[in-house]
Amino acid sequence: MNFFADAIRWLADPEQWTGSYALPVLLGQHLLYTVVSVLIAVVIAVPTGWLIGHTGRGREIAVAVSGAARAVPSFGLLILLVLLFGVLQVPAAALVTFVLLAIPSLLAGAYSGIEAIDRRVLDAARAVGMTPWQVFWKVEFRLGLPLLIGGLRAATLQVIATVTIAAYVNLGGLGWPIIQGIPLRRFDEVLAGAILVAVLALVVDLLFAVAQRAAVPAGVRAVAT
Amino acid sequence: MIEFRSVSKTFPGGARAVEEFSLVIPARRITVLVGSSGSGKTTLLRMINRMVEPTSGTVEIDGASVLERDPVTLRRSIGYVMQNSGLMPHFTVLDNVATVLRLNGTSRRDAHARARELLGTVGLDQSLAERYPSQLSGGQQQRVGVARGLAADPNILLMDEPFGAVDPIVRTELQRELLRLQRELDKTVVFVTHDIDEAFLLGDRIVILGAGARIVQEGTPEEILTAPANDFVAAFIGADRGKRALRVEQRAHGTVVVDADGRVQGTLSPESAPASPGTTAGGMD
Repeated sequence: MNFFADAIRWLADPEQWTGSYALPVLLGQHLLYTVVSVLIAVVIAVPTGWLIGHTGRGREIAVAVSGAARAVPSFGLLILLVLLFGVLQVPAAALVTFVLLAIPSLLAGAYSGIEAIDRRVLDAARAVGMTPWQVFWKVEFRLGLPLLIGGLRAATLQVIATVTIAAYVNLGGLGWPIIQGIPLRRFDEVLAGAILVAVLALVVDLLFAVAQRAAVPAGVRAVAT
Repeated sequence: MIEFRSVSKTFPGGARAVEEFSLVIPARRITVLVGSSGSGKTTLLRMINRMVEPTSGTVEIDGASVLERDPVTLRRSIGYVMQNSGLMPHFTVLDNVATVLRLNGTSRRDAHARARELLGTVGLDQSLAERYPSQLSGGQQQRVGVARGLAADPNILLMDEPFGAVDPIVRTELQRELLRLQRELDKTVVFVTHDIDEAFLLGDRIVILGAGARIVQEGTPEEILTAPANDFVAAFIGADRGKRALRVEQRAHGTVVVDADGRVQGTLSPESAPASPGTTAGGMD
């Protein structure tokens, strides 16, 4: 329990709330990297996933990409890209890492959301005279939304976790106290950083859980409950 | 009038569903395509609204080929009712019925007013309007499906085994409702089923299909019952069985109709009293 008390004391210390490594700054960096990289990944992966789900073509590719990419170790990928990009391009390398890590979940969410819709519903939508575009917006997008948000949730949490270790390449973020504390054996600081990351992850996860639930259309929820 | 002109359909992979099929479907009548699974009857139906494209041949509506029409406009002008109701699970009953009207640009208000009217037409209570399909029984869902098919007041109504998935009591009820609706609305109905009793009950004309959508026999129920084209048709309609092979016997208190198993099915009235169930050889239950 001493560790926890020390960690809380470290967090409460006014020293951690001022300067260029102040906690609000670190939190801001963490969120900024997360939001920017998830947005880039959304722009790439979601339309691709929708296209695969809508046309049914490229299914194997989607499955292979999302399966294989999940097995890639995030830390290894980060270091590899930093070395490839060169030390002057660390933020770019880190951003590419985050985007690459966010893509599989988003691709899977967008694609499987459409894939999971009853084929007979889509057949009916076409048969009553919806254009392919209307089938997509009125039916596929709407019914696939909960799974897409599920993918967004997984991707965002993955990025939040990875931004933490990116402090290792001097990127800031909430991983900073952890990375800095380890060599100094400042375990109060390490634990405080870990707590902050955990709280951030839990809060974000909770928000997405609420959004995911709210995205289930009323008529579909009616069956489940 | 709908006309199939030597239509063939080969699906990718080489399965020949339809071979050189020609048929004229009269306007303002119920025509039933009946056959066992694999007879291509659903494929034929779906060629009328271009949900399936023929490999060769044409399908014409009032003399104009459907292949020259925009599939989306074509489908909006033809009612389509399917077995599983095919309702949008995230639309309310009202929105489901109003779908085609909304697609055609009718205002939400007018579309909903018309949809409410249609609920009455198909015998659904107004209190169901704001429900979702998952909150309805199978029979109610099918009624909503029929209402949706009728919403844009199409001349043609395609029905693909619409009552196949509901229990027998509800099915009988829905079949009667359809006959009542048809008397009021006078649509060109093309109805697909594998149930020969349903075909006899509903059809003004019946087309019995064999493998590859080959027409085995086509005619009115009377023609088919009294003169089955061959042994296949005779077996398919059960001409020699139970209630299809009725004979008249004289009993102590009057004339009765007896089925193939010797069970009395009803009485025979003298003179031309209004036909009542049991006195005709049709598909009465």
